[in-house]
Amino acid sequence: MIMMNTLSLTHTVELIRLGRISRKRRWLIVTGILAILTFALCAAMLLLGNTIYPVRDVVAVLAGEEVKGASFAVGTIRLPRMLAGLLAGFAFGISGYIFQTMLRNPLANPNVIGITSGSSAAAVFCIIVLQSSKTVTSIASVIAGLATSLLIYVLSRGKSSFSIGRLILVGIGIQAMCNSMITYLMLIGEEHNLPAAVRWLTGSLNGVRMDELPSLIVTCLILVPLICMLSRPLMMLELGEQAASSLGVRTDPVRIMLIASAVILAAIATAITGPIASVAFLAGPIAVRLAGAGSANSIPAGLVGAVLVLAGDLAGQFAFTTKFPVGIITGIIGAPYLLFLLIKLNRRGDF
Amino acid sequence: MERSRLYPKHFTFILIVTIALFIVCVLASLAFGARWLTLSELMEGLKTLQSDTVTANILEKRWLRTIFGLCCGAALGIAGVLMQSVTRNPLADPSILGVNTGAALFVVCGMAFLRISTPQEYIWFALSGAMFTAIFVFGIGSMGRGGATPLKLVLAGAATTAALSSLITAVMIPRTFVMNQFRFWQVGSVGAGTWDSLLLFLPFLAVGALVAIFCAPGLNALALGEEAARGLGVKTGWLRFVAAFAGVVLCGATTAVAGPIAFVGLLATHVIRLLLGPDLRFLIPMSALSGAVILTGSDVIGRIIGSPGELEVGVVTAFVGAPLLILLAMKVKVRSI
Repeated sequence: MIMMNTLSLTHTVELIRLGRISRKRRWLIVTGILAILTFALCAAMLLLGNTIYPVRDVVAVLAGEEVKGASFAVGTIRLPRMLAGLLAGFAFGISGYIFQTMLRNPLANPNVIGITSGSSAAAVFCIIVLQSSKTVTSIASVIAGLATSLLIYVLSRGKSSFSIGRLILVGIGIQAMCNSMITYLMLIGEEHNLPAAVRWLTGSLNGVRMDELPSLIVTCLILVPLICMLSRPLMMLELGEQAASSLGVRTDPVRIMLIASAVILAAIATAITGPIASVAFLAGPIAVRLAGAGSANSIPAGLVGAVLVLAGDLAGQFAFTTKFPVGIITGIIGAPYLLFLLIKLNRRGDF
Repeated sequence: MERSRLYPKHFTFILIVTIALFIVCVLASLAFGARWLTLSELMEGLKTLQSDTVTANILEKRWLRTIFGLCCGAALGIAGVLMQSVTRNPLADPSILGVNTGAALFVVCGMAFLRISTPQEYIWFALSGAMFTAIFVFGIGSMGRGGATPLKLVLAGAATTAALSSLITAVMIPRTFVMNQFRFWQVGSVGAGTWDSLLLFLPFLAVGALVAIFCAPGLNALALGEEAARGLGVKTGWLRFVAAFAGVVLCGATTAVAGPIAFVGLLATHVIRLLLGPDLRFLIPMSALSGAVILTGSDVIGRIIGSPGELEVGVVTAFVGAPLLILLAMKVKVRSI
């Protein structure tokens, strides 16, 4: 009898161990494939364009050599565009994943909650009314993003309990105000500022310059390792407040750090590319579906985000006779998924 | 005693205050603008009807704008009441449910592919767009257990709005001529109206308002619940259809002539319901009146703030209405959202 028990116990332990190994293996394979895909898309972004330069020339430009023609096309136009797409996609993906995981709701993401619309409104205000420099614009849009999220959180906390439904409703209200402000600013804006304005409505990589990127690069370098360090507590938070704290997670500091990083990432990325529609919202669920639930999926989510943005931008540039900004492509992909998700949630009776 | 049961509390008082506000708004709308008229100028202009003075010219433009705003506001007010009572949902408003965006998408497609350019053509496209979107959003929002709860409807509306606005931008970007046409239409403004578009709009307003008034007793019964209403002899399915149809026609027609103007219906209905209670026989005409006041008032505010130009009325109503939405979201009980 005792032997049987021991046997089945070792058996169970063995099963758990095997499961863990296979999950780990799946995670590694998926992350590896996503990384390779991202790299391939980055290469495509550098190689493709009006003129297709030989790989040798592109590599030479990247190494810092002067190549006639290619230096300008690749170094000044395509490289910043590729970097902006890569980093912004990564930032949107990770930040969306954090929101969705922490609030345990696939609908929760910086766009629906209205954070990116706060950032956008501030950025448009800086560009059109104050005519301020790029640095001031980025800082203002980050501050506005943080302030908006704080405001939404405070307004939706309510007397008794926190509710995701209320959070979303308040977010929609704030978003309506920000959007109408953007529309108005676009109307009073000078004609030559208007192409920039489309970016603030849908998100676009057009005309990104190298000197805009350092803020995004530095933020990613600081915050992504921090988020990776916090990914175990994040997984425990997904189990619920009480479960997490009984597993030894200091929930409040972890929650605040994660939310702050997610908001800063989304806001900085928005300051450079505009709110690229649906990426933050799509990346998390895709990554979880691919890499499996139950592992820390922030890196895969970031990679999926980057893949979406880069592929969307390539499609926007080359798939149609007109060049579409990336936000249109991702928006059209994302919207049906959002509706599908709503139908699914409604059927399950979550609301 | 009999009288107090027939009319809501303080009805006469509220009616007088609203009418007073209405007159103030009309006068303010006539007086303020790029050039402010003094009271004596205004009186003079209103008394004499000759059309060769500067004042008379200004007044003619402003009369048009004012009447246009009043009609649009009334239509949006009635549409708001109808949608809220048909869905039995305090958050229903054409803009929140995405109906405006649907109308906008159809108009943009018409501009881009069929080269439509006059309000006469806009209106049919806007109406059919509004209709399709309303059916779609209600369909998605009422799936699953519990039927169409406010949160489900709002979310379905927000998602549909997101989807449709992406499509609008995609249609617009390759065609600069559409973009220029659309950029000014999209904000929602009563400044671009003409007597022609007003004449075009009036039949829709009249039919919608009449249908709404005839539906009022039935909708009152519906507010007691589906079964109670049926028990009282109301054909609920038919009633819902007619009332929703009228609501969509009203806001679709408004969108066609003035562009998407948000939150007026929500605002008007809630203020009046707070003051008068839920009886729709009073709610419908009073919401029309207060919708007209709100829209014209917002337009005046927009002209004062944006002077010497103007702040489009759609922007002003969003800033007045969105806080109300937030307030409602905070007050409504968590479970019932």
